[in-house]
Amino acid sequence: MKRALRRVLPQIVTLAILMALTSVFFPQFLAVDYQGGRLSGPVVDVLKRGAPVALLAVGMTLVIATRGIDLSVGTVMAITGAAGAWAIASGWGVGPALLLALATGLVCGLWNGCLVAIIGIQPIVATLILMTSGRGIAQLITEGRILTFNDPAFSWLGSGSLAAVPVPIFIWVLTAIAFAALMRRTALGLLVEAIGINRSASALAGINAKVLLIAVYMASGLCAALAGIIATADIRGADANNAGLWLELDAILAVVIGGNSLLGGRFSIAASVLGAMIIQTIDTGILLSGFPSEYNLVIKAGLVLTVLVVQSPNMARHWFLLRRRAQRLREPAPVEGSAPR
Amino acid sequence: MKTLLTTTAIILGAVSAQAQTVGFSQIGSESGWRAAETTLTRQQAEERGIDLRFSDAQQRQENQIAAIRSFVAQGVDAILLAPVVATGWDSVLEEAAEAEIPVVLLDRRVDSSDDLYLTAVGSDLVHEGEVAGQWLADEVGDEECRIVELEGTTGSSPAIDRATGFRNAIEGHDNLEIVRSQTGDFTRTGGKEVMESFLQAESGNEICALYAHNDDMALGAIQAINEAGMNPGEDILIVSIDAVPDIFQAIANGDANATVELTPNMAGPAFDALEAYWESGTEPEKFIQTDSALYTQDDDPMAEYEARKDLGY
Repeated sequence: MKRALRRVLPQIVTLAILMALTSVFFPQFLAVDYQGGRLSGPVVDVLKRGAPVALLAVGMTLVIATRGIDLSVGTVMAITGAAGAWAIASGWGVGPALLLALATGLVCGLWNGCLVAIIGIQPIVATLILMTSGRGIAQLITEGRILTFNDPAFSWLGSGSLAAVPVPIFIWVLTAIAFAALMRRTALGLLVEAIGINRSASALAGINAKVLLIAVYMASGLCAALAGIIATADIRGADANNAGLWLELDAILAVVIGGNSLLGGRFSIAASVLGAMIIQTIDTGILLSGFPSEYNLVIKAGLVLTVLVVQSPNMARHWFLLRRRAQRLREPAPVEGSAPR
Repeated sequence: MKTLLTTTAIILGAVSAQAQTVGFSQIGSESGWRAAETTLTRQQAEERGIDLRFSDAQQRQENQIAAIRSFVAQGVDAILLAPVVATGWDSVLEEAAEAEIPVVLLDRRVDSSDDLYLTAVGSDLVHEGEVAGQWLADEVGDEECRIVELEGTTGSSPAIDRATGFRNAIEGHDNLEIVRSQTGDFTRTGGKEVMESFLQAESGNEICALYAHNDDMALGAIQAINEAGMNPGEDILIVSIDAVPDIFQAIANGDANATVELTPNMAGPAFDALEAYWESGTEPEKFIQTDSALYTQDDDPMAEYEARKDLGY
């Protein structure tokens, strides 16, 4: 437990600093109101709005741990959202619509996984195929327009609340806990890391790398499907052109801010979702602080760069050396020959 | 091949002796508005007994150039062109001019010399913003009004022009003030997320009106206002631009107040100009501005919705 906490300490500190910084520009940032049976406030908004990226980051962490990458998750959000909205609009009811959306996500993951594990295409290229072509599939489902629906139960998943807490928060927190438990309470996590570090060695050691790789991409597809359901339920419509647009990059960024290596191996889901919250705090903070919109991306870039520089291993060594030097300076310098031995 | 095309053109010309033939090179179908423009162009042609040859360029200029060349080879009576980009049209427009085929630009402009085309039909984006601002200024009268603005994609010309027009219209009304302005990227999700932050930052009841650069962002914002426990359309006045079908439903429900139309019927004025040109050779103005009609709750929004919902938006 203590070790786990130490692993995510940099992310928690970063998050705290960013929240303090936002509070300078927008003093009511930490205020939480209770009105109309639900909590509201900027922090609640961060937790709720960060749900899609947090969910994508969970799946992305696993894929990256196998030394892969999944560029298609944003597009899979659009496809699964479109499938879910289409099912609702054709009168399937909520249960079947959700099942269809989740199954669609799994199929997308299966496709990616087969391209990577069986055909042996590089992950970045394999998932790029679905990333670029998938929006066309989503547009075919929605017939090129925003497919709207009016189903209270389905939209509850995006904008409803349970025990005063917005539903999307439950979805991403529970998903993250479930995946973390599955990885760490069993040997699965270790096997995933083994594939990422050396696939052929782990295969020789008896790990079924092919099946595990496919399963990891399917997990990523499943997470993307959940994110797609939330995004679609939130606006009560499937927008094939814009749902999840560029979110794959935010998800990768969340994993990186979470201190996971893009070269695979050791991973932490908790750190990745904290990374997602860091990104969302920046986004929401920019909106609240009221700067002109031309500055949005510049501010975001500056903050992300700062976070990554401070967290980088090389900087950590410099910090360490600087501290040592400062310590040495503070101690009285030993004078030659005067100290009695 | 060329002789074959010419023969086909001659045969077709002989069959439809009176009917004029018009080639239409459309950009593609990237948005609902574009699809509606295509539908309306077909409808207009049918109503006027014009034989329309349609070509979808799928967002590529080379496809459009190829389409125009084939229209010239077919010897059409006029060409409608919705150009995908502004540059690189000189040589193909010269070919059409040499064949004495008038070209009418729809919706977007090109930077070629304006004697290479007959006229351009389009909307004035600044004027759209002015119509929206004028409506709001008239609606609130002398009351204090704090306005929040959902901008389009930062740096895009509709976002810049619609912001300028709105500011032109409210200039001189000291009771109107834009207190917050932020981009929602022309999407529903963007509109909803940014509106949520506006409501947090301005504590909701101090906002009197919302101006959104397109209807989709307004529709997202309406959900955010509803979820914050307020009443869109009453607590916060909502005016936006485009007039897509869904906003008319919101207006009918009382959730939105007004929208300014960016009409997809660019072909109507274009055919009017062409018919006058064919008949008497009158050269139209080089830019024909379409109406930026304002629709409010008094304009039977449900009927407007019914009229638009099958256009392909």
